[in-house]
Amino acid sequence: MNIIQKHIHALLEKDQRLDGRKFDELRKNISIEYGISPKSAEGSAKVRLGNTEVVAGIKFEVITPYPDQPDKGTIMAGVELLPLSSPEFESGPPNIRSVELARAVVDRGLRESGAIDFKSLCIKKEEKAWAVVIDVYSMNDEGNLADAIGLCALAALKDAKFPKYDEKNQKVVYEERTNKGLTLKELPIPITIVKIKDKILVDPILEEEEAADSRLTVTTLEDGRVCAMQKGGKGPLTAEEVDKMIELSIKKGKELRKVLEKSSKEK
Amino acid sequence: MYKKRPDGRKFDELRDMEAKVGIIRRADGSAMFRIGKTIALAAVHGPRELYPKFLQDPSKGILRCNYNMMSFSGSGERVRPGGSRRSKEISMITENSLYPVLDLSEYPGAVVDVFIEILQSDAGTRCAGICAAALALADAGFPMKDLVSAVSVGRIEDKLVVDLDKEEEDYEVEREVADIPVAIMPKTGKITLLQMDGICSKEQLSKVMEIAKEACNKVYEVQKKALLEKLSQ
Repeated sequence: MNIIQKHIHALLEKDQRLDGRKFDELRKNISIEYGISPKSAEGSAKVRLGNTEVVAGIKFEVITPYPDQPDKGTIMAGVELLPLSSPEFESGPPNIRSVELARAVVDRGLRESGAIDFKSLCIKKEEKAWAVVIDVYSMNDEGNLADAIGLCALAALKDAKFPKYDEKNQKVVYEERTNKGLTLKELPIPITIVKIKDKILVDPILEEEEAADSRLTVTTLEDGRVCAMQKGGKGPLTAEEVDKMIELSIKKGKELRKVLEKSSKEK
Repeated sequence: MYKKRPDGRKFDELRDMEAKVGIIRRADGSAMFRIGKTIALAAVHGPRELYPKFLQDPSKGILRCNYNMMSFSGSGERVRPGGSRRSKEISMITENSLYPVLDLSEYPGAVVDVFIEILQSDAGTRCAGICAAALALADAGFPMKDLVSAVSVGRIEDKLVVDLDKEEEDYEVEREVADIPVAIMPKTGKITLLQMDGICSKEQLSKVMEIAKEACNKVYEVQKKALLEKLSQ
């Protein structure tokens, strides 16, 4: 155990956190910026969660629908932990951490919540459908990339407008954008909670992540239902702890949802 | 005859520029450089030990640049993630354009990593990347002989133009457009990047070098201002 982890443990005994927050308190400076790459991306956004910063962009592609889902389009999600954003991240193909974030936080949350109606992405049954490709990049990692990434993907999707599709030549005209956006039926908000010793903390900063025995990311919907979960870390959780974590994530999900809804109004 | 530029600029006019230093807290140095709609971000990590060890230079540190386009930053289809032949080449010429201003003799066995990410592209991304990288290196506090400023100069039909955007780069008349990215050390005027796509006469090329120097000086002013802003904080 390093000196910072010892310090975190000592503080926890006094019900304190390294940055002075309460255990159930999100970082205060949360911001969402839309259209950060408006020329090239069909939708884009930047999210700041404390000092953690991520960007996301949406590209539309035309694909042949999968044979078992001939009248549906699809979404694809990618997360890249850029070596630019942290001395700990290395160049190269996606490592397990970025794959986990893409699958468990972005893809699963959107897919399982039914946020996007895949049928609405169909252009011509069995022949052509839209694939919505979401790429999220870390810009500065100071803890809890998961929640920032999940929120940023939603913001970029809200910002997105379909490009024009030229039926005759069967190709996408990327230079021309339509007024049609994506209909998001749900906004699945991920909240990450870590367990350090016997304490439960929301929205961990980097040092807390490193000191954590385990973590749970719970993605919730507006009505308080849970649509995705991912446990991480090597430590176990008791059923009571999981209950507590889910309860907390529902409460905190509401707060983060307000930030997202408010930000879109200002746009 | 090329009479008018699509965005109404004069032939020797650059697009509007913006630079910001210190944008990534966890990097040792970082910067953003925007020219028109092209946005480049750069971060420096290091000096740090270089692995695998056989890559180390026992006499000095090495500079390693990595240029990457974010998958949504292209003008048409999504750019596939991972390195391409193009990004490899640009990474190398970026290294070469920055080496002459750096003195890494104090860091034997170490590497200085420079990561360049293109957030949005509208031509001129390699030059914007170099401008951002030079600022990030200065922000990291490396001893530098000079800054590096870069911009592309082009020929469209009979006109020599500064800082082509994508629309001009794709000018419809074949063989009537040439693109020449140039990087210069502003204090001495020495050239650290020179490439050309297209056809030019010898006379045109010497004129291009003159124009490039003048244009790079304008870029230099924007870079200097950004560094001073950071220092005055």
